[in-house]
Amino acid sequence: MSSREEVLRRVREALAGSRGARPPVPRGYARRLAAADAETRADVLALFTERVADNRAAVRHVGADEAGTAVAAALWGREAKQIVVPADLPFGWLAELDGVRALADAPAVDLDTLAAADGVVTGCAVAVAQTGTVVLDGGRAQGRRALTLVPGYHLCVVHADQIVGTVPEAVGRLDPARPLTWISGPSATYGIETTRVEGAHGPRHLEIILIED
Amino acid sequence: MTASSPGTTPSSSGRSGPVPAPRPKFAAAARPELADTRMRRNLRGATAALRGREAAAAAETADWEDLREAGRAIKDDALLDLDSHLEELERAVTEAGGTVHWAADAAEARRVVTGLVRATGAKEVVKAASATTREIGLNDALARAGVTVRETGVAEMAVQLGEDAPSHLLSPAAHRDRAEIAELFRRAVPAAGPGLADDPEALAAAARAHLRDRFLRARVAVTGANFLVAETGTLVLLESEGNARMCLTLPETLISVAGIDKVVPTWDDMEVFLQLLPRSSTGDRMTPYVSSWTGVTPGDGPRALHLVLLDNGRTRALADEVGRAALRCIRCSACLNVCPVYERTGGRPYGPVHPGPIGAVLTPLTRGVESAADASLPYASTLCGACADVCPVKIDIPDMLVHLRGKVVESRRRRPVPTPEMALMRGLAWTMGDPRRHEAAVRRGARWARLLSRGGRIRRLPGLLGKWTEARDLPAPPPESFRGWWDRTRA
Ligand code: SF4
Repeated sequence: MSSREEVLRRVREALAGSRGARPPVPRGYARRLAAADAETRADVLALFTERVADNRAAVRHVGADEAGTAVAAALWGREAKQIVVPADLPFGWLAELDGVRALADAPAVDLDTLAAADGVVTGCAVAVAQTGTVVLDGGRAQGRRALTLVPGYHLCVVHADQIVGTVPEAVGRLDPARPLTWISGPSATYGIETTRVEGAHGPRHLEIILIED
Repeated sequence: MTASSPGTTPSSSGRSGPVPAPRPKFAAAARPELADTRMRRNLRGATAALRGREAAAAAETADWEDLREAGRAIKDDALLDLDSHLEELERAVTEAGGTVHWAADAAEARRVVTGLVRATGAKEVVKAASATTREIGLNDALARAGVTVRETGVAEMAVQLGEDAPSHLLSPAAHRDRAEIAELFRRAVPAAGPGLADDPEALAAAARAHLRDRFLRARVAVTGANFLVAETGTLVLLESEGNARMCLTLPETLISVAGIDKVVPTWDDMEVFLQLLPRSSTGDRMTPYVSSWTGVTPGDGPRALHLVLLDNGRTRALADEVGRAALRCIRCSACLNVCPVYERTGGRPYGPVHPGPIGAVLTPLTRGVESAADASLPYASTLCGACADVCPVKIDIPDMLVHLRGKVVESRRRRPVPTPEMALMRGLAWTMGDPRRHEAAVRRGARWARLLSRGGRIRRLPGLLGKWTEARDLPAPPPESFRGWWDRTRA
């Protein structure tokens, strides 16, 4: 008997006599934010901003026509000289760069180049207000997973309409067939005295530019 | 937070790594740990900090009880149809370009993984924290096959450098303070240099620098997984450092080892566990990183994906109608942080599989209670119930401990020679069955006990009674019995 058959046989034997009708899973938990927390769209954005800050990431609100300036300002603020970006980043986001070289990841840059880069700029697929999370799924403006992992600094541009209230809403919007990365703040370790300390293997700095319109 | 005084020597430095066979019983294994005040202080600080964060995070969520109830029900459903979910998972992973391997026990899992690594020709693998790979003793097996294993988490690195056993599910080096970790890094990480400071930022930076190159050059990685989604064939892993992301993204070959109990039926079920797990384990609203992957994705991540599904006693636990519920465990470690026994003994006395209250039930459930060490675990508890109150999937650990104690007694009753406890109890029944015998015994006993005591404490009782004093001191009895005193003063 193969191990597959053996394990499945043991499972069936263990469960013999225990199966039967079961009540449905009680899903009484909240799928959306309580009305009191999020009366208006502005409340949802405010909650997102607050929660991102709790995760020790910076977030800046800008108008649609200010995205390019905000990206450039953030990169200057970090004294970035060379960054890597997904090849399909909206052109306007990099329009104001001055003195910062942006290397498109097409063809894919090698890991050493990526490690030497001062940062990376991406978009996201979904963001979650309740937890202050951005989720990347490798779709438009996001690139492959290594891009947001190896450099020390990640600048993520979020459109207001990408922000949902809760984790259930985000799970419902995402396609599990794609590789997903949920990012809630910079890399942190609990390894020393079980206390959260920012900075480990992933990006040590996460900044978010929130485009409102 | 603990600050260590200068000049203290690492009190645990002499401890050996792998637990030798036969494993000692819990109380015996706990004795050195109980005497290690530095470890106890470290653990107390660590568990208290996490306890506070968890409580705050759960309190913030108005629907916490509803989430727990859903989590419990989803896991129960997953377990009661585990065979069909496993088959569905295998189909979905395979369709997405991955390969599924089945391992009936630890030895087979070691063989499978070692074989997969050998086939790549790699001499080194990077590894992200995984209790499951520790359970099967993978690192030693790979080392024997000539493969160097690099643990990549900051805490795991400290444990590996210290040739230590991990003590906490979430933070394996919770028994070490920053000064001890700095000392380990100074000795073993040349780049860190002798001047490495012992603040956590510097230590995290040293770990980052030490492993950077290894990640970039790694060809094979081994990880665990927190959840396996049957419907879609998706593996889900939560972490905070990014080392697991490195492992599951950069190398060409990814081998993930996971217990069959990690299965959840549908992708939508993740909406529950992505809320329960972070809040129960670190008190974060969301873990800094959550990764999920389904098979392989061209141009992004590994080209070969292997999932090793491990039984190793889980079906044995599944067959126990009461104990089965322990397989709901999502390894959040909340029960460790509230357990008064764990806080004093640390993780190591619980043996090689899982520490803390959940270890005290999972180990005997998956391995049986035949060995003395495994049979001692259901007694490593005060049955205070704190673990059941915090468990995000509502596992009634105390109830299960009592159930397992029953099993231990049951298995001993069948033995031809009565156990020392049974002989003792029979003797006690005979003595107490007669008032005169009892009185004489108490008088004699008190005299003997006073002879044994030093400064009013008895540190170790003789013979069979020694068990009682393995983990506690006993006050010496007063010179006079209560009855004697009563008779003398009232007569
Ligand atoms: S038993 Fe419950 S509290 Fe303990 S680790 Fe498992 S899920 Fe967490």
